[in-house]
Amino acid sequence: MALSRRTLLGLAAGVPVSVALAGCGSSGPGKSGGAATYWYLNGQPQEGVRAGAVDAYNKAHPDGRINDTTFQNDAYKTKIKTAIGAGQAPTIIWGWGGGTLRTYAQAGQVEDLTSWFDEHSEVKKSLFPSSFGAATVDGKIYAMPCETVQPIILYYNKKVFDRVGAEPPKSWDDIMALVPRFNAKGIAPFALGGQSRWTNMMWLEFLFDRIGGPELFQAVIEGEKNAWSHPDALTALAKVQDLVKADGFIKGFSSITADSNADQALLYTGKAAMMLHGAWSYGIQQADGGDFVSSGGLGYMNFPPVEGGKGDPSDTVGNPAQYLSISSKASAEQKKIAKDFFATGVLQDQEVKKWIDNGSVPIKLGTEKLLAASKSADFLQFTYDVASKAKVFGQSWDQALSPTAAETLLDNIVKLFQLSISPKQFAANLNAVIGK
Amino acid sequence: MSALTGRPPRREPRSVLPWLAAPALVVFVGFAVIPLIGVFALSFTTWDGIGAIHPSGLTSWRAVLTDPGLPHALWVTFLVMAVSWAVQTPLSVLLGVFLAGRQRYRAVLGVVYFVPLMLSSAAIAIAYKALLDPNFGLGAGLKIDALSKDWLGRPGLAFAVVVFVVSWQFVPFHTLIYQGGVQQIPASLYEAAQIDGAGRVRQFFSITLPQLKYTVITSSTLMVVGSLTFFDLIFILTEGGPGDATRVLALDMYKRGFQASLMGPASAIAVILVLVGLALALLLRRLGGRDAGASQLEGA
Repeated sequence: MALSRRTLLGLAAGVPVSVALAGCGSSGPGKSGGAATYWYLNGQPQEGVRAGAVDAYNKAHPDGRINDTTFQNDAYKTKIKTAIGAGQAPTIIWGWGGGTLRTYAQAGQVEDLTSWFDEHSEVKKSLFPSSFGAATVDGKIYAMPCETVQPIILYYNKKVFDRVGAEPPKSWDDIMALVPRFNAKGIAPFALGGQSRWTNMMWLEFLFDRIGGPELFQAVIEGEKNAWSHPDALTALAKVQDLVKADGFIKGFSSITADSNADQALLYTGKAAMMLHGAWSYGIQQADGGDFVSSGGLGYMNFPPVEGGKGDPSDTVGNPAQYLSISSKASAEQKKIAKDFFATGVLQDQEVKKWIDNGSVPIKLGTEKLLAASKSADFLQFTYDVASKAKVFGQSWDQALSPTAAETLLDNIVKLFQLSISPKQFAANLNAVIGK
Repeated sequence: MSALTGRPPRREPRSVLPWLAAPALVVFVGFAVIPLIGVFALSFTTWDGIGAIHPSGLTSWRAVLTDPGLPHALWVTFLVMAVSWAVQTPLSVLLGVFLAGRQRYRAVLGVVYFVPLMLSSAAIAIAYKALLDPNFGLGAGLKIDALSKDWLGRPGLAFAVVVFVVSWQFVPFHTLIYQGGVQQIPASLYEAAQIDGAGRVRQFFSITLPQLKYTVITSSTLMVVGSLTFFDLIFILTEGGPGDATRVLALDMYKRGFQASLMGPASAIAVILVLVGLALALLLRRLGGRDAGASQLEGA
């Protein structure tokens, strides 16, 4: 009796683990076979464009195929790191460049593409020059910039503004003045998917820039001691807490995730008046919001200046592009397919057109006519201007920093928005991971 | 196998039993012992999960043991364990006793109660997250103010929701254990009690509960040790938030290891988790007395 129970318990303990492990293993790409593998993010409308580019390439190259797999944004960030560490990386690694790419490059996990870009200068010349910054580590290029430029934009619901009789904010003080007006009408001033953490971070990115200028965060990147305790940084941190205290964000923001697009829904349903989000939001509002975008309900602007701040109001932050790297562990055959895909499959005319239809600006040069002819021409022109006229285009912090520092940053940002730590404590916690 | 073919049936318990244990042993060594040794070794290294592994002595341990996050995570883990035990045990005992009755409607209800156990934790978490959404959830949809609270956005409420959902999921399982336990109690005990004039309540406290002692220990061990490893449900429901209000030890380990790329400290936490789990299991065994395994009345 005793033994059979133990056997059962052993099985009960062992089986779920082995099933889980088998699950992990089977989703990892095998090294057998000549096909290259490619992982990227799901979520429409972007997913369809990515899949379309792969399908088109596969049709043209039946004997050198690419097998694609999709992941949710936040899940992918963990999954790809684990896969690379375990030597199970896909041939083509989709990413955001910056600090994460740096850790891959320093561990020798991704191919140095510098000489390939020298040989294929026509590819390099066809892309936004600004997109190569986050692909470069110590002077060498480790990733091919792709897809679209994504500055962070302040969106607002024009219909809600009309109903309340309010004007879009021209300064931080305007924002603070709008908050009680919307709250009085039972409308949340800002939508926010706070559980995703990077959503809160966008607020700090802008406040740091507008108040202290781009050098404020640059000091963190360069590892300057106690960079987070700069008086301007403390002012920015205090300002965001002021906004939280004034009920500037939707009730329950800490439990809303961006991956579910619930924050987006708040804006187009009129439950929230404004939202600070990436340029990709336009496509989501268009796809999910019914006639919200087509009827002219969606307004957009660059983040307004802060009174007395040092930053240039043209500055922006966000993703200069997305990035494709090649795993150094892939077979020669797979690497060849991947490079061929970079040269002849990425940002081809069809893909460029689809990005534009979705309301995004691809990082390909010479698309002005297509942009102007699009039904989203106004928004595209706006994004194009923000991206190209920005004096400084800062990279998203969690991508610019190393994963270790980024995790501490995101954790503390949540606590800052929860009002459970003060700006000084925030600065102290982050000073501890500078340069890590 | 040879015992089954031809030879006269001669009992050889000492040589047959170890063979029966072999499959379980292989699984246990492969999926528990070897990874455990690996984790223990990793806790003395510095590794970002991507590059080379560097031995670094006690650095990871020092980092973990001096981090205020550890006592907090331990405290949250302990609270989840204690509160969910305190909620689940009475509910399961009462439901188990109720379902042990022979009437048909009780059998039907038993099947209904069993449903949550058939759903995966991930599905349950996603469903509850959607239902409890303050803006698009049940409360907002039905316009019931009492339900449209910021369930997962306030530390106390989020903790309560976690305990509630955990209980909702596991009460059926423990009910099943208790139901089996109650049905093993000899009816003669109750008949004797009835003759002595004991009412239902008196019977419950004087016969049912004492007779269920070992069932309570079995069920509690499963609850307590199981709650140490709660991960999927909390990860999807709150991701440890808001802030670190529901950040249990297992979640802390995952976040350090896979999100912050600090495999060394994460491994140190894993070792702590194993030690705490073993200590608790041992403690509960002691509470049950050394002859717990030999009892005939403990039921399932």
